Amino acid sequence: MSKRAEEKGVVGERRWLWPSFALPGVVWLIVLFVTPLYAILAMAMGVSDPIFGDTLPVWNPLRWDPSTFIEVLGDLFTGQLGVVFLRTLVYVAAATALSLLIGYPVAYYVARHAGRYRVLLLLLIIAPFWINYLMRMLAWVNLLTTEGYVNQILMFVGALDAPREWLVGKHETVILGLVYGYVPFLILPLFAALDRIDQRVIEAARDLGASPAQAFLRVTLPLSSQGVLAGCVIIMLPMFGDYYTATLLSGSPKTNMIAKLIEQNINASAGGSTGAALTVVLMVFVALLMTYYLYSVARATREARS
Amino acid sequence: MSAQAETSGGKTPLTRLQTWWSNPWGKPRFLVLFTWLYVLWSLVPVAIAVVFGFNAGRSRSTWQGFSLRWYYQDPDLSVLHDPSLRDALLQSLKLAGLTMLIATPLGVALAIGLARWSGWGSRPANFLMLFPLVTPEIVMGVSLFLVFVYLFGFVQLGTQAQLLGHVTFTISYVVIIVRGRLFAVGREYEEAAMDLGASQWQAIRMVLLPMLTPAIWASLMIAFAISIDDFVITAFLMGDQSSATIPVKLYSAARAAPSPALNALASILLFASMLAITIAILVMRRYRKKEGAQGSAVEDFARLDL
Repeated sequence: MSKRAEEKGVVGERRWLWPSFALPGVVWLIVLFVTPLYAILAMAMGVSDPIFGDTLPVWNPLRWDPSTFIEVLGDLFTGQLGVVFLRTLVYVAAATALSLLIGYPVAYYVARHAGRYRVLLLLLIIAPFWINYLMRMLAWVNLLTTEGYVNQILMFVGALDAPREWLVGKHETVILGLVYGYVPFLILPLFAALDRIDQRVIEAARDLGASPAQAFLRVTLPLSSQGVLAGCVIIMLPMFGDYYTATLLSGSPKTNMIAKLIEQNINASAGGSTGAALTVVLMVFVALLMTYYLYSVARATREARS
Repeated sequence: MSAQAETSGGKTPLTRLQTWWSNPWGKPRFLVLFTWLYVLWSLVPVAIAVVFGFNAGRSRSTWQGFSLRWYYQDPDLSVLHDPSLRDALLQSLKLAGLTMLIATPLGVALAIGLARWSGWGSRPANFLMLFPLVTPEIVMGVSLFLVFVYLFGFVQLGTQAQLLGHVTFTISYVVIIVRGRLFAVGREYEEAAMDLGASQWQAIRMVLLPMLTPAIWASLMIAFAISIDDFVITAFLMGDQSSATIPVKLYSAARAAPSPALNALASILLFASMLAITIAILVMRRYRKKEGAQGSAVEDFARLDL
């Protein structure tokens, strides 16, 4: 074989080498991630079996039957479903705002002023990531029972005369549970964004006569806005899909979130189609958040590569 | 007495606190206090829950002395002797172990492929890999449930389906971890090896893979921790009670049948994931030291943005 042909052979081999490394993973994700997503659509547009009354998925898009879907949409705008959806929005908005109020000062302090405690604080802030979410909720269930520590302390300081039933249909308990559950996930991207800010930019602002508050409002805050957005999106995505926090901390239909309806419907024999249609609604609703996040991650990847 | 304390420069704790608080040149006092209060708030409830797993009595709010009763001493109700709790523990360990062993090689190969492959198809493949990270878990749970019930009927709900589901959402995390290392290592070492006469395969086997070792270890541990922590997908793909894991048990029993044994079970889960994460951080730290890198392994970990 001539040298040229040999080189050509090597180049040919190389061109297929890297894609073939990616192949098993890509096939896995197509079979077990993309196909299942399509199954949701097929189920939402499914037809009910005339004999057994349960719904079967329809795989051919030409034969889709949108009646369940239209029913769900109607309920969303005029019926009970709309109430649940609105409640979910209010919970997520309130919990995200509170998380930001709590998370920003913490991330700011750890990134800028923690000094020798920096690594220790980071470790303590990462810790909740690896403590099971349900265990963290269980911890609050223990604390919030009628004879639990929260009531004991509040009665001791005189804030309450009688123990309060925290765990039965209380909006504030659910929102606080959401904040407690998700705030660590907000702090880390905020920390990364604040940590990247060049200290000298802030010093320059101060040298040019900005007060500390001005320097913060006009330099630090705008420079960290991307971290704020990324952090909010990171916690809003799972919050929209959360059904367990409200179930554990309140257990009342009065505090149900949209995901709870999905969970209830998908396992019921006749409601599979409704559950799937609800999932599609949820997906469409979070699509904007997902796109933003995907875009920001892809951008970060490009920066890391170059 | 009090006048004396004032004249001698604020010796009482209260005045000392006042001077500390009003010192305008020190670190931002409010932030220090706020951050440490946050850390206490985020970890103390969990610590209390762990402590009550060692309670001698049945209460989860009154301390009745230390015992290991709920771990193994009680002949009926302890984690070791209550079959439903013991099975949940074994199922969790089995799933997490198998997930770790399947997801890591798939993810490592996918990361290498995606980092080196730049032809057509590499961009969509990259997006496909990122997608599971931003999809709310309930959507993945619903979609996998539907696909296993209606399309891949040969996969049974229970351990099989759960394993496939766990691997699907774990792969992306492995890719993110390995990819960071790939970008840091660059292609130079491999190219040097090939200039010195190594074949492509030898360069991968003898240069690239050894350099990826720390990331592979970290991936194994993190895949384990993520899998053992999962609740939503596990619950959706559960066949019957025999495939319940610890988080599923926590969810179903936290309100219905609370006993300190549940706290003990949750604590075991906590210890297992903490152990996995500690190993991951220690491995990364050892390799960092060997390579003389700056900063700390914990900071690297915080920046991973999982």
